[in-house]
Amino acid sequence: MKLSAYRIAANKLRTTRILSIKTESSTVKTFTFKDKQCAKAKPGQFVMLWIPSVDEIPLSILNAEEKGIMSVTVKKVGDATSALYDKKIGELIGIRGPFGNSFTLKTGRILMVSGGTGTVPILFLAKKLASTATSLISVIGAKTRDELILMNEFRKTFDKEKMEIIATTEDGSYGVKGLATAPLESLLAKKKFDVIYTCGPEQMMRKVFDLAEKHGVALEASLERLMRCAVGLCGSCVIGKYRVCKDGPVFTAKQLREVKSEFGISKRNLDGSKVPLE
Amino acid sequence: MKTNHLSISLAELKLANPTVLASGILGLSADSLSNIVKGGAGAIVTKSVGLKPRKGYANPTIVQTNCGLINAIGLPNPGIKEFVKEIREAKSFGVPVIVSVYGFSAQEYATVAKKAVDAGADAVELNVSCPHVKDTGSEIGQNPEILAEVIGKVKTTVEKPVFVKLSPNVTNIVEIAEVVANSGADTLTAINTVKAMAIDTEATMPILSNKIGGLSGPAIKPIAVRSVYEIYEKVKLPIVGCGGVTNWRDAVEFLLAGATAIQIGTAVAIKGPNVFRSVTRGINAYLKRKGFKSVNEIVGLSHRG
Repeated sequence: MKLSAYRIAANKLRTTRILSIKTESSTVKTFTFKDKQCAKAKPGQFVMLWIPSVDEIPLSILNAEEKGIMSVTVKKVGDATSALYDKKIGELIGIRGPFGNSFTLKTGRILMVSGGTGTVPILFLAKKLASTATSLISVIGAKTRDELILMNEFRKTFDKEKMEIIATTEDGSYGVKGLATAPLESLLAKKKFDVIYTCGPEQMMRKVFDLAEKHGVALEASLERLMRCAVGLCGSCVIGKYRVCKDGPVFTAKQLREVKSEFGISKRNLDGSKVPLE
Repeated sequence: MKTNHLSISLAELKLANPTVLASGILGLSADSLSNIVKGGAGAIVTKSVGLKPRKGYANPTIVQTNCGLINAIGLPNPGIKEFVKEIREAKSFGVPVIVSVYGFSAQEYATVAKKAVDAGADAVELNVSCPHVKDTGSEIGQNPEILAEVIGKVKTTVEKPVFVKLSPNVTNIVEIAEVVANSGADTLTAINTVKAMAIDTEATMPILSNKIGGLSGPAIKPIAVRSVYEIYEKVKLPIVGCGGVTNWRDAVEFLLAGATAIQIGTAVAIKGPNVFRSVTRGINAYLKRKGFKSVNEIVGLSHRG
């Protein structure tokens, strides 16, 4: 068999140095690297990022440019993300990917709903859609004002004539008080949308999905699962018949209907058993 | 495909075609296994399951090398008590379900095998060849006495066929295959992954968290073909060839070497679940072109003269 037939070149690990670091909040930072393989990464795709001696974790891509300058945004939540969070410019990390499918670039009246670091791929998508969308409303949610990330980046992307940002915080410290889903019922009742894109905590996305179904609006959601191989072999990330790493991470409403008993409800644990989402 | 000239028997199992899902690939949930069956597999082997739940190793658990993958996932599984649900569901897909079993003692292998068979497994495949978990896998398969004890114990405990998956990480695989045959096993699977390692030159350290893993994919196919060829000459049991099968030509090579069936694993990453159908179609076209009436006619054919 020829080497060229081994078409998962993106899977080869590359080590590269951290070019720059931007602090987004007290727990969130954006890291930028140079990696040619990621030059053509699309919104919704992810990389496996190796923190030597610590772990390798899946991260959504925030931005990727022609020359291979690419960024990921990470929230300090566990050992691996904390180790990455503490890294300095010039330190080595490893990258595999980009993996998975991506959001479909649609035109028309667009609604985006994101929560927490789910805003990362949604911002990447918004940048791609900004010039072609008829209208674009983005609902961005977080627990507190401090955790409301990437707002300035969003503002820079947006043309005020046809775009609107609605921020929500659970504690009411900024914008609308409540979950990102709070403004949706009235938005969907008042306005017509051609598509909803969502990424964030899965229970949030499930609510968005249920509302989209109720109002008959097309939807794409980007899911997250425990990842190991990232090339569709190990089965760690399965939801129903789908592998999140290979068939996803972006799923359409039609696909999500097939996995309704798991979507927003359960996931697979490290030992492969099905457990409720916490 | 109405192609009974492609059907084969493995011990008492009847397979519509000679392609089998290798253990460790998407085999933790019945939903994923159903995709493999839809992709055309003649039988499926589940991921290895043990007595108790296991979380496996920290990432990185997989590294790509030229023409292959090195993995040390670390046998994650929910334990047989939980896994029987998946076995029961997988039984409804219409192909033989072979449950891969590992243990830390002969008794554990037997207990897990019994529970798997009670849940409906058509056969068990003993994982005595995983190269990266201590006190099980290849540590059993490399030791003839313990290996014989494990197989003997499982054979007296379950009534279904017992497959034994061999490790290539031994001095002489034929001697081990003979031990397996003499211990009463029904079928041999050859081979499991080849013990391997990758070091990152910039980070100057092994990439896998477990440091050492098992190499799979096209890189190991010649080792696997040689193993099957050598075993076929000395051992009468049916052999399931495994290691780097990506297309029909690879599969035919294994059959000519003496394999009755072949397993496919790593190629699922490149070609998706339909790789089973494409390999089967390719074998079919080959048989027709060469004038063979049945796939069984080419098993071991390269040994003449």
